[in-house]
Amino acid sequence: MNALSIQGLAKRFGEVQAVSDVSVEVTEGELFGFLGPNGAGKTTTINMLTGLARPDAGTIRIAGIDCTGNPKAAQHLTGVVPDESNLYPELTGFQNLSFCAALYGLRKKERENRARELLDTFNLADAGDRKFAGYSKGMKRKLTIAAGIIHRPKILFLDEPTTGIDVASARQIRQLIAHLNRSGTTIFLTTHYIEEAERLCGRIAFIVKGRIVRIDTVADLVQPIQDKHVMQIAVSNGGPKLQYKLTVAFPHMTFQCLNLGLIRVESDKPIHAGPLVRFLEDLGVEVNEARRMRPSLEDVFVQITGIEADALKKEKEKGGGKP
Amino acid sequence: MKRWIAFWNIFLKDFRAYYLKPPNISWGLIFPFAWTGMFFIKSGGTADVLHMVPGVISLSILFGTTSLLSVTITFEKKGKSFDRLLLAPIPLELLMLAKTSGAILFGVVNAFVPVLMAVFLTDLSQVAWSAVIPAIVLIAASSTFLGLFVAVSVSEVFEAQTFSNFFRFPMVFLCGLFFPIERLPLFLKPLSYLFPLTYGADILHGAFHGNHLMAFSIDFAALSFFCGVLFLISLRNIGKRWVL
Repeated sequence: MNALSIQGLAKRFGEVQAVSDVSVEVTEGELFGFLGPNGAGKTTTINMLTGLARPDAGTIRIAGIDCTGNPKAAQHLTGVVPDESNLYPELTGFQNLSFCAALYGLRKKERENRARELLDTFNLADAGDRKFAGYSKGMKRKLTIAAGIIHRPKILFLDEPTTGIDVASARQIRQLIAHLNRSGTTIFLTTHYIEEAERLCGRIAFIVKGRIVRIDTVADLVQPIQDKHVMQIAVSNGGPKLQYKLTVAFPHMTFQCLNLGLIRVESDKPIHAGPLVRFLEDLGVEVNEARRMRPSLEDVFVQITGIEADALKKEKEKGGGKP
Repeated sequence: MKRWIAFWNIFLKDFRAYYLKPPNISWGLIFPFAWTGMFFIKSGGTADVLHMVPGVISLSILFGTTSLLSVTITFEKKGKSFDRLLLAPIPLELLMLAKTSGAILFGVVNAFVPVLMAVFLTDLSQVAWSAVIPAIVLIAASSTFLGLFVAVSVSEVFEAQTFSNFFRFPMVFLCGLFFPIERLPLFLKPLSYLFPLTYGADILHGAFHGNHLMAFSIDFAALSFFCGVLFLISLRNIGKRWVL
């Protein structure tokens, strides 16, 4: 059975069409990735799925329940971890979890046991009696995820779970997400970290400007470019028209000059660094490094969406917490 | 049953997190003292306590409930913790009743501070408590729902206070507490009847010293009507403004 079924979902805010004709089927037990740059419509979609926004068009079914007009109908089955930690700063970690459990009708003993269990799981047991306001960003994120699963939801909506946190916490959160999925929770994960989606998700939808441009398994997405050969060359003084000169000299290769002195080379045939380096040095360009790259989901994303990997990297830098 | 577990815990959380904080407790005590003192000083110490208590009760409830509820809800909405409540499987009506119950109880407790003070200053044996107690509860409920209406209409905490005053001060001066309604200029009289506090104050005046304009049944009906209308408008506005 499908855990989640969305058909033709659309949402407009004034002049901006935030989401257009989004249709997705997520099967039970799947870890589904919703990947796109900031402002692509990921959070708006999650808000519509969880009842914080009303769709202008389309239908939403969660675990077979039609929630389009009545989002409350399936809220007992879903858990939501928003992109910003939204627990109560004046309550302790333990009190926050107990309170969230009470919102789903868990009785006192059950919610206290569950709160303790989750504090242990998320390595927050020592901070359980401290106020949420005093937590670090990573701790806040972990407690927010714990609050999202306190009632053992069948489907968990995770909105940018590792954005803006330190590397160690992000890594731990990714391990917890994988563990949750292995234990049977269906997960709908939005992220703008391509590597995170590639590492965690079985299937991925690329969303750009409110529209889904491609849905497929990670393996099938990467397959067409598996045979491609990619090299990245770091240079110190590129100069103008370098891309043109390289294209003329090596017509069977494609070149892309990225910022920070990086040249990306792609070819269907194996790329040999020697001729390229010599050609560049003859032009007076100082070559610092030439490295073969494994084609990744990032290449697929760039190919399909036309959005430069650079643009996403900048978002990552803004957010921190590289995967 | 699960819904009532949620209701009770939202009520308890709010009461502990907001209403039982030392600044609010002290404010709830100091405010009625200040009002009583002000009336005494104004009258040169000759004020009739029975005439004064209804006004102090009404003002304590009005300012206590509207201030706290509008600020706490705006604060939670701004911090996005209110979204967590909207995501819980609780009907919106029950959720908002839980959010407002704490403020209503706070208003009722505030109301009894001047009553306790009056016990030591005058004889309250003639007071019609059967009218006073439900009137206090209904004044607290209507004031709380007014605070909710304000909270849903603004997005910043400071706006909540400003917008509250837009209702509170005209209400204080036109509800018959300071100036009897019958002595108000003709063009202001109809305005008095648009405020819930007018009916609450009328019941309290009648219950404490027998001097009231309308039958208690009309006052209670009007107060209940204001509670219902303000609550329903607020629910509709939450649906429109907060579930986008």
